[in-house]
Amino acid sequence: MKYFYLIFSSLKRKKIRTGLTIMSIMVAFILFGYLTAIRQAFDAGVEVAGADRLIVRHKVSLIQLLPQSYEAKMERIDGVDNAAHSTWFGGIYQEPKNFFAQMPVVPEELFDMYPEFVISDEQKAAWLETRSGVLVGRGLMDRFDWKLGDRIPINATIWGKKDGGRTWEFDLVAVYDGAEKGTDTSQFFIRYDFFDETRANGQGLVGWYTVRISDPDKAAEVAAAIDAEFANSAQETKAEPEGAFIQGFANQIGNIGFIIMSIMSAVFFTILLVAGNTMAYTVRERTNELAVLKAIGFTDQGVLGLVLGESLAITFVGGALGLGLAWLLVSMGDPTDGSFPVFYLPTSDLFLGLVLIVVMAFIAGIVPALQAQKLQIADALRR
Amino acid sequence: MTDNNSSETLVKVSSVDKIFKRGSEEIHVLGGLDLDIPNGEFLALMGPSGSGKSTLLNLIGGLDRPSEGTVEVGGKRIDKLSDRKLAAWRARHVGLVFQFYNLMPVLTAQKNVELPLLLTKLSKSERKKRASIALDIVGLSHRAGHYPRQLSGGEQQRTGIARAIVTDPTLLLCDEPTGDLDRKSGDEILDLLQALNKEQGKTIIMVTHDIHAADRASRTLHLNKGQLSVDPVD
Repeated sequence: MKYFYLIFSSLKRKKIRTGLTIMSIMVAFILFGYLTAIRQAFDAGVEVAGADRLIVRHKVSLIQLLPQSYEAKMERIDGVDNAAHSTWFGGIYQEPKNFFAQMPVVPEELFDMYPEFVISDEQKAAWLETRSGVLVGRGLMDRFDWKLGDRIPINATIWGKKDGGRTWEFDLVAVYDGAEKGTDTSQFFIRYDFFDETRANGQGLVGWYTVRISDPDKAAEVAAAIDAEFANSAQETKAEPEGAFIQGFANQIGNIGFIIMSIMSAVFFTILLVAGNTMAYTVRERTNELAVLKAIGFTDQGVLGLVLGESLAITFVGGALGLGLAWLLVSMGDPTDGSFPVFYLPTSDLFLGLVLIVVMAFIAGIVPALQAQKLQIADALRR
Repeated sequence: MTDNNSSETLVKVSSVDKIFKRGSEEIHVLGGLDLDIPNGEFLALMGPSGSGKSTLLNLIGGLDRPSEGTVEVGGKRIDKLSDRKLAAWRARHVGLVFQFYNLMPVLTAQKNVELPLLLTKLSKSERKKRASIALDIVGLSHRAGHYPRQLSGGEQQRTGIARAIVTDPTLLLCDEPTGDLDRKSGDEILDLLQALNKEQGKTIIMVTHDIHAADRASRTLHLNKGQLSVDPVD
């Protein structure tokens, strides 16, 4: 503790250089925090995906539909606990930029399949009583400032109505919260029975199935059994774990995790050079002072510690400011204005940021610190 | 070791060689040098540039090690101490005064003087108190909060002396302490060193080029080509 004053005083030596270095590090950590939140938004579905859930879709592609009759057949397969279908509705609320997922589902099946959706019994009952009712996530409701009882018009892009109209009107009767922080609360669930009766075509067809299995360790066997059940039929299936399905869906945009990691690696490598250069200059300029410290009794290890301490101080100030600002920016809302299912900086990544601060300080400071440690007093005092 | 007994030998340098290597070339700076310094002496070391004065001072202060021979201070062989033990020994027993003061520009005079005390177990308030006393001894109490750049050369050197004496060291090693000062400031520094020697019994070894400064010492030795003599070099 008594050396803090010495360490922080040394940082005041070249205020502009120290300030610029701190700002560089700060920018790197802002990027780290913000990009981590974006990666989290893409990965959230994968992370909260149930290990005991499979997704079964058409073997050709997700947009090919499957018969509703598959549900009963799947539920007869050994290891299958329950199956529930969903369909992509793909409508537009007011304007195309207001994107969010809308899916017709069977309410009872949804309640059973997704225990992480927290809904009051009263609102469950209201949805079951209202054929045009919808269940929406809290995040989506907040995004558009909806209230229970609102009538929400959605313009269909895929599913026209029997009456020739393309505007569907739904009643907001229930809202769900996420049991976990990463639970997607940006979805809009329509009742399948209402949807199936009202749509102009495609009756009896669904988009995909979510299948709950009794033993997650047997996911591969059950998936193979499902695919085998429908092999050589008109609509063959592809069954896979929910996490893999969501990951594959996200990967349609690109390998977001890899892209973000690449950007962050480049940023951190550059900043490491900046911080390392600062520390190298700091030590080179102070050869004489460091020799004096040794002359008056500081040990080699003590001087090494002081230089590493300075490196840590610079990196910590910049890194902590960066993480703090990133947290602030993330808490101000997602950059897509609500299209991300979740957008937050996980606590574990904040800790990872702190670890990165220490690692960066060590790498940037160790070479100059070792030079300072090896400094020969008599030689250095003669310079 | 801190007893002010003038008959006791405090520093004993025996058969010391110091060889510097520059690439394949060997430079013999000191050769078979012997020197005894009694406790409480104020010794001036004179000699031309490159004669080895500062090298000898560094060996006595444990800042460097001899190539051959032994250096004893207070009966202890310091040339055989490990780096860590030597650093601790310097912190406890040696006060250093440099020609160019070598103060930390980012620390106030008070904090500069406190620096050696960081290596002790003293509390913050005790460190502050001792540094204030040292500054008072050198007559700089009123400049304690000033940074080196705000002090004159003489004041900076007095701060350097306060830093050197704050741990109450056995030995005070001064490498051309007046070399960067005008005559008036130089005299003030020499007055101060003399007072520390006479009133507080500090053993002082001072390297100087200045015969006027050497006159203040109780003994003057001349170093030339690695050998000591009482007579000046021609």
